Amino acid sequence: MTGTDALGVGRTRATTMREGFAILGVAIRREPKVFAVATIGSLLFGALTVADAWVLGWATDHVVLPAFRDGRVDTSLLIAVVALFVGVALLRAAGIVARRVGAGIMQARMWSHDRRDLTRQYLSLPMEWHQRRPTGQLLSNANSDVEAAWGPIAPLPMALGTVAMMVIALIQMLLADWVLALIGILVFPMVIATNIIFQRVVSPLMTRAQALRAELSEIAHESFDGAMVVKTLGREDEETRRFAEKAHQLRDTVVRAGRARAAFDPALAALPELAVLLVLVVGVSRVLAGEIEPGAVVTVAYLLTIVSFPIRAIGWLLGEFPRSVVGYERIRSVLEESTRVDYGSETLARSGPGAALSLDQVGFGYSPETGLLDDVSFDIAPGSTIALVGATASGKSTLTALVGRLRDPDRGRITIDGTDVRHLRHGALAAATAMVSQSAFLFEDTVRGNVTLGGDFTDEQVWEALRIAQADGFVAALAHGLDTELGERGTSLSGGQRQRISLARALVRRPRLLVLDDATSAVDPEVEARILAALRSEGAAATLLVVAYRKATIGLADEVLFLDDGRIVDRGTHADLLTRNPAYAELVNAYETEEPA
Amino acid sequence: MSSTMNTGEQIPAIQTLRRGLHHSPELKRGFAVTLLLAVLATAGNVVVPIAVQQTIDRGLTSPTGPDVDFMVRMGLLAAAAVLLTSLASYGMISRLFRTAESGLATLRIKAFRHVHDLSLHTQNTERRGALVSRVTSDVDQVSQFLVFGGMLFIVSIGQMFVATVIMIWYNAWLALVVWLCFLPLFLSLRYFQQKLSRAYGVVRRQVGVLLSAISEPVVGAEVVRAYAIEARTQQRIDEAIDRHRQASIRAQGFLAFSFSLGGISGGLANAGVIVIGIWLGFADRITPGEILAFAFLVSLFVMPVQMGTQVLTEAQNAIAGWRRVIGILETPADVVDPGDQGSSLPRGPVDVRFDRVDFSYHDGPLVLRDLSLEIAAGTRLAVVGETGSGKSTVAKLLTRLMDPVSGTVYLDGVDLREISGESLRRSVVLVPQEGFLFDDTLAANARYGKLDASDEEIIASAAELGLGDWLAGLPRGLQTRVGQRGESLSAGERQLVALLRAHLADPDLLVLDEATSAVDPFLEMRIGRALERLMSGRTSVTIAHRLSTAENADEVAVIDAGRLVQRGPHADLVAQDGPYARLHASWVAQHGHV
Repeated sequence: MTGTDALGVGRTRATTMREGFAILGVAIRREPKVFAVATIGSLLFGALTVADAWVLGWATDHVVLPAFRDGRVDTSLLIAVVALFVGVALLRAAGIVARRVGAGIMQARMWSHDRRDLTRQYLSLPMEWHQRRPTGQLLSNANSDVEAAWGPIAPLPMALGTVAMMVIALIQMLLADWVLALIGILVFPMVIATNIIFQRVVSPLMTRAQALRAELSEIAHESFDGAMVVKTLGREDEETRRFAEKAHQLRDTVVRAGRARAAFDPALAALPELAVLLVLVVGVSRVLAGEIEPGAVVTVAYLLTIVSFPIRAIGWLLGEFPRSVVGYERIRSVLEESTRVDYGSETLARSGPGAALSLDQVGFGYSPETGLLDDVSFDIAPGSTIALVGATASGKSTLTALVGRLRDPDRGRITIDGTDVRHLRHGALAAATAMVSQSAFLFEDTVRGNVTLGGDFTDEQVWEALRIAQADGFVAALAHGLDTELGERGTSLSGGQRQRISLARALVRRPRLLVLDDATSAVDPEVEARILAALRSEGAAATLLVVAYRKATIGLADEVLFLDDGRIVDRGTHADLLTRNPAYAELVNAYETEEPA
Repeated sequence: MSSTMNTGEQIPAIQTLRRGLHHSPELKRGFAVTLLLAVLATAGNVVVPIAVQQTIDRGLTSPTGPDVDFMVRMGLLAAAAVLLTSLASYGMISRLFRTAESGLATLRIKAFRHVHDLSLHTQNTERRGALVSRVTSDVDQVSQFLVFGGMLFIVSIGQMFVATVIMIWYNAWLALVVWLCFLPLFLSLRYFQQKLSRAYGVVRRQVGVLLSAISEPVVGAEVVRAYAIEARTQQRIDEAIDRHRQASIRAQGFLAFSFSLGGISGGLANAGVIVIGIWLGFADRITPGEILAFAFLVSLFVMPVQMGTQVLTEAQNAIAGWRRVIGILETPADVVDPGDQGSSLPRGPVDVRFDRVDFSYHDGPLVLRDLSLEIAAGTRLAVVGETGSGKSTVAKLLTRLMDPVSGTVYLDGVDLREISGESLRRSVVLVPQEGFLFDDTLAANARYGKLDASDEEIIASAAELGLGDWLAGLPRGLQTRVGQRGESLSAGERQLVALLRAHLADPDLLVLDEATSAVDPFLEMRIGRALERLMSGRTSVTIAHRLSTAENADEVAVIDAGRLVQRGPHADLVAQDGPYARLHASWVAQHGHV
C-alpha cells in the first residue's frame, strides 16, 4: 500500500524469497494439473537439451571421427544420426510448447481466480469500505497487482526444468570426465549468482521507472484535462517544464537500468564462453594423457554452451519475487476483509400506493468526532411529496444515503411501511424504492441496458420512463435509439442528459418511494420544470423525497423539511416556513435579497 | 479553420523512421560508433565455434599429434577476444540506452508541448486518454523496441551474418544446407507474426473491456448497491474475465508454437551437416573439426528464429506508436500565435468589436452567423440564450480558443489574430464553466493566475473579493490540498479558486462562462458578490446561465440560433415583447421572483 513496500524496502531478502515461494505454492495447489503439464514439458525440454549434446558427442566418436579415419561409413549409422537429431528436436519442441502453454494457462487462470474473488468483494463490502479507498487503488488491485502477484508463474516451469537440466548436465559431465565436470560445477553457480545480483540491481530501478511512468501519465492527464485553464492563462511553458522534469527523471532511471544491463549481459555471456575455452585446453591435455576420448571434450563444451543460457531463467524467477510479494499482499488485504452488509428476511410490497417512510432518532457521523446527523426524526405519509432543504454540508445527501441504505445509521432506525430497512432481505429495498443522486453513473452499455439494468421491462415501459424524465427526445435522436452504446461512463452525453437517463432508470421501476438527491442539477430550469410536472401527474401514487434548491421545485412539495447542521429544525409548508422561519427565508430567498432595489 | 488530430496512420514505415529521426536528432548522434561496437560484439559469438574447430583439427587430430602449446596459446587468444567483445557489448548497450532514452524524452516533451499549442477544438477531436497515451505509453513502446527488440534484431542479424561468413569459409555447401533448413522458417516468420499480432490485438481489446467492467462496481458502487444489481454486474465482470483469459491463452499458444519451430530447424540442420559433411569429408573437402564447428554455429541461428516473431511484433508496435507521436507533432496548430511579430495591447479596459463573425465546427452548420457586436470599454455585458444558441462560442472566440470562420474580432481595434499570445493572455482572462484545479495546494492553484504572487498577495486578493473569511475558515488555509481536479473542494469552492486566480491575473477584459448550478444559494450569492468586485473597472462579458446575472449587467445581448436578436439594458428588454421577455418569464416561473 505504501511506496516503501513497492521497492521491497524494509523486507529482508530471505523473507521475500520465502514468501515468493509460498505464493508459488498457492498457485501450484490451486492449479496442480496445468502445473504438472508445464513442468513435465519443461523437464522434457531440459532432458532433451542435454541429450542433444550427448547425440553430438556420440556422433563425433562413433560416426564422424571413424568415418574420417576409415574413409567409409555405415548407412545405418547415418540414418541413426538423422533420426536422433530430428527426434530429439521434435520432442524438445513439444516440451517447449507444453511448458509455455502450460505456464500461460496457469498464469491466466490465477489472474481470473483473483479477479473474480476481488470483484465479488467489491460488490459485497459496505459503502463505508469503498469510501475509505481511492478508486484508483481498487482498480489497480484487480489489474496490476494481480498481474504482479502471479508474474513468477511465467518463468517457473522453465526455471524448474533448468534446475533438472543442470543436474542432468552435471551428471553427464561427470560421466564424461570428472576433471572437466569440475569446470561446469564452478561455472553454473557463478552464472546463477551473477544473474541474481543483476536482478537485485535492476529490479528496484525498473520499479522506480514504472512509478515514474505512472507519474508522468498523471501529469499529462491533468495537464490535458486542464488545457482550457493552461491556455487561457498562458501557462504552457510551466506545464511543459513540469512534464519535462518527470520525463528526464524517467530517462535517467532507464539509462541507469540500461547501464546495469550493459555490464551484466556480456558478463553472463562471457562466463560460459571462457569456461568452454578452459574445457578445450584442459580437455586436449586429458586426451593426450589418454584419460578421455575426444567426444567427451565436445560433449562437455557443447553442454556448457547450451545450458548456460536457460540458467538465466532462475534469475528471472527470483527477480519477479519482490513485485509478486507486494502485489499478493495488496490483494490479500482486500480478500481478507470480512465486513458485510447484513440483510434480514423481510420484504416490501413491490407495487401499490406510495410507501410510508419514517426516521426515528437517527444519528450518523462519518467518523466519531464529526457527527453529521443528530436525532433526526420524521414521518412521511404515503403518497406525499416532501422537499428536503438545507445549506451545503447540512447533511441532506447523507440523509438520502441512509434512506437508500447505502449507509446504516449509528443510532436510531429507519423504517419503510413500518419495517426497519436493516431487516429487509437483499434486493427488497431496491424493488420498492429508488434513489437518484446528483452524479449520474452510467454503465458501458446501451441506453436500454442503462435504464433496465437487466430488469424485465418492455420497450414501451422504457420509452414511458424516458418520456417522464424528458429524455425521450434526445434518445430518439441517437443513431440507434435505445440500442445506442453509451461508451465508458456515458461520456458521449452531456451532464444533463446523463442525469435524465439515470432518472428514467429509477422511474421505469415504478418505485413506491422515490428519493431524488439534487438529481436534476445539470438540467435546464425549463426542462426541470417539465420533469417535475410529469412526476407529479404520472407518479402521483409514489412517495417523493426531493433534495432541492430551486423555488419551483420546493413549491411543488406538500411539505418542506428544513435541515440545518444535521438536525431537522423545522417542518411545514413552504409558505408557512417562509413566514415563520427567518433562516429558511434567507436561504431560499437569497436571489431576491440580492436584487437591486 | 480547425484541424483534426493527425493519427499518423497514413505515414509509411520508412517515412516514420525519417520523421522520427528528424524529431529526435539525438538518435543519430554517434550511431556509427554504436554500430561498430555492435559488429564487434556479435563477432564475439563465433569465438567459441572457431576454438572448437581449431581444437579438434589442430589440437586433437593434427597429423603431428596433439599440440598442448598451441592449445594454450589459442585458448588465451580466444579468451582475450571474448573479453574484448564483452567490452564492446557493454559500450553498445549503454550507448543504445542513452541515445534512445534521450531522443525519446525529447520527442515526448516536444509532443506534450505541441498538444498545448493546438486549439482546444483540435484537442477535443481525440479522447483525453488517447492523447495522454500518445506522449506516454506510445513513446515507451518505441523505447522498448529500440533498446530490447531493436538491439536483439541488430545482434541477431549480425550474428547470422558472421556465422554465415564463417560457414562459407569452412564449406559453402554445408552453409547452403544450414540455410536451406532455416529458410522456410525465415519466410514464414511474417505469417506467424501476423497471426500473433492479431491474437494480441484481441487480448488488448479484451483488457479494455475487462478494465471497464471491473471499474463498474468500484466507480458505480452506489448505483449497483441502490438497485441491488450485484448479480448482473458480477455476471458482466465474469464474462469479461473469461474472455480475457481465453484470449491470453490463445495468444500464448501461438507464441509457444512459433517459438518451438526454431529448435526443429536446428535439429534438421545438425543432422544435415553431419550426414552431408561426412560425404564431403570423403572427398577431402572438409575436416571433422569444421563439421563440429557447424553444430556450434547452427545454434547461433536458433535464437533469432525463436525470437523473430516477437521482435517483428515489437517492431510493428513501435512503428505504430512512433507514428501516433509524430502524428501529434505534424498536426498543424490552427490558432497560430503571431509571437514577437504580433502587436501588444495597452493596459486598461478594452473595447471589443465582433465584425460579421461566422463560426462553425469543422464543416458543420454555422453556430454563429454574421454576428456584429460592439462592447464599449468598461461595460459589463451579459450574453444570454437557450442551450445550444451559440452563446458559449462567443466566449471562446473572445479568448481566441478558436478563430472565426469568417469575419473578425477586434480588441481595441486590433484584429485578435494579430495580438501576440503573451499580450492576449495578460489582457484577457476566461473563467470557464468548470474551474479546473490541479492536484496541488490552493496557493499553487491561485498562482496559475500570477506566477510570482506571494502568499500575502493571494490573501489580500481573496479579501478584496470578499473571500477572506472563507479562506480563513479552511483548516489549512492556502496550504489546503485541493485533490485531483480539485475534487476535495466543493464545486462552489472550486469556482471561488478560479475567480481568485482570475483576480490575481488582473485582466483588462474578463470573460466569464458562469456555472454555479451545484451551489446552494448562499454560496452562489457569495460568488456573485465576488464576481461584482472582480468585474469593476474592467470590460466584462458574462455568458449567463441564470437571468439574475443578466439583471445586474449594464447591458444584455440575446443570442438565438447563432444570431444576435436583442441588445440593451435588462429593464428595456424585459419591457419589450421579444425573446428576452420570454426567457425572463420562464426564469421567474422557476424561481418565484416577481
